[in-house]
Amino acid sequence: MRFEGRAWKFGANVDTDAIIPARYLNESDPEALAAHCMEDEDSRFVFDARPGDIIVAGTNFGCGSSREHAPIAIKARGIPCVIASSFARIFYRNAFNMGLPILESSDAVAGVSEGDTVEADLSSGRITNLTTGAVFSSKPIPPFMQRIIQDGGLMGHIAKAKEKE
Amino acid sequence: MGMTITEKILAAHAGKEAVRPGDLIDARVDVALGNDITAPIAIEQFRKTGRKTVFDKNKVVLVADHFAPNKDIKSAQQCAFMRRFAREQDLTHYFEGGNAGIEHVLLPEQGIVLPGDLVIGADSHTCTYGGLGAFATGVGSTDLAAVMATGRLWFKVPETVKFVYSGTRRPWVDGKDLILYTIGRIGVDGALYQAMEFTGETVDTLSMDERFTMANMAIEAGAKNGIFIPDGVVETYVHQRAERPYRFYESDPDASYKDIVEIDVSGIEPQVAFPHLPENVRGIRDVGKIPIDQAVIGSCTNGRFSDLATAAKVLKGKKAAPGVRLIIIPATPAVYKQALTEGLFDVFLDAGAVISPPTCGPCLGGYMGILAEGERAVATTNRNFVGRMGHRKSEVYLSNPAVAAASAVLGRLAGPDDLGVLY
Repeated sequence: MRFEGRAWKFGANVDTDAIIPARYLNESDPEALAAHCMEDEDSRFVFDARPGDIIVAGTNFGCGSSREHAPIAIKARGIPCVIASSFARIFYRNAFNMGLPILESSDAVAGVSEGDTVEADLSSGRITNLTTGAVFSSKPIPPFMQRIIQDGGLMGHIAKAKEKE
Repeated sequence: MGMTITEKILAAHAGKEAVRPGDLIDARVDVALGNDITAPIAIEQFRKTGRKTVFDKNKVVLVADHFAPNKDIKSAQQCAFMRRFAREQDLTHYFEGGNAGIEHVLLPEQGIVLPGDLVIGADSHTCTYGGLGAFATGVGSTDLAAVMATGRLWFKVPETVKFVYSGTRRPWVDGKDLILYTIGRIGVDGALYQAMEFTGETVDTLSMDERFTMANMAIEAGAKNGIFIPDGVVETYVHQRAERPYRFYESDPDASYKDIVEIDVSGIEPQVAFPHLPENVRGIRDVGKIPIDQAVIGSCTNGRFSDLATAAKVLKGKKAAPGVRLIIIPATPAVYKQALTEGLFDVFLDAGAVISPPTCGPCLGGYMGILAEGERAVATTNRNFVGRMGHRKSEVYLSNPAVAAASAVLGRLAGPDDLGVLY
């Protein structure tokens, strides 16, 4: 799986309250959550992010609460992939369970500026800054994890496997 | 080679003799928890598995505490959705209304989680139960759904960092200060993916409530779990509550640790975490003159009886400063009743406090004490992220209950010493 998009840069410790403030957690409809994604972190994101844009952030992305609403909101906002220097533990698991691919690479984060066009290849883990030509590496996403993403998350993956039985 | 308490509990639940950090294991879960925010998604995910009933109606626990008593129509819808599922599945441990309290105070109090258990919860502060010597960790709703269906979940065995606390605590320094100081020292991702094991001579002097407070905030250092070696304090707490067998595990003398962090507590003052990260800590003497608009005493971190008793000790015969809203939230109905019968409510009401029913409420910016633009709160809660308690231009300062109470009286960040209250 490959994604190409415009980068939105964020700093370290972007917490789940920043990704989707708790005041909106009185419902779980993905579109409703997407409308407030990153609202308190960067109010421009709500209006200016385009489907296909990629989030590029510093260390400990997704720290704080266990809310699965966070990867749901990012995915429903049309963001195909998040690249960060590191991810908080619960967010890491939730992202794949929700079918949102994430890649870890401090070098890529350092080598991408806001607005650059970035290409991410999950199979090889290669991240390319198409604006500057710089190439970075991250841990490849194994085929079975890519299938979870293709099936829309862990439950969709399980349901699909059941259909085949 | 020996194992840590975390490794032993994980091994026992995976049916293995031994596990090592990095091992991927499939483990049996003793208790699986959801709340009114996370359970609705988990229930929808559970339906997708095709299962009709949960794996064990005694082991799936649902608590309406975050936006309950229902704060608005959407919250009411979520609670109703969870209630229907709890009734359909005939869950033994379903809590709402006058039975409900903040989940991480309620479950140990009711004897639902016990030492040696493996507990998962769709709430990041599930790590609180490590205070009992259980392995407990927060997960997302989909992982909760998987456990609801199968009673099992896969885990990566974490490396353990041992924290050794020594020395005598100064007056007014409690478990909250030790964990804030620790987070300040290692950072909000200082224990990412790891187990934090709290040990040392000072830890032996910590009350059960203080141990819960420390384990509760392990997640604020990025940890997978925080854990204490259970002792007589834990035995006293659990033996009258437990209705099933439990087991005390301890780390082997030759267990291996990723790191050992030694902390001499004798120089530690009451700590305050400044906006907007729990790692931004300062001693109370170094906080400067910061006026506050609100003080919140409650939450899964510090809403237990001893927390309220400490606040009452500071507040007795005093009043909150004009313009300061003092909000006290007993964490469970039992805490509420004990505070009432032991006269704490008189102290609080005379101080001009608002006493809330048990709820997570303002801690996560839900309701019952939301901050306006530019307002500042001192809170005994666990997070001070941007917008956590309300407007994104509001600020939260984290502290222990004594500091929150003294700050309410003086109208600025302050410790009980500034108020002249004797310890």
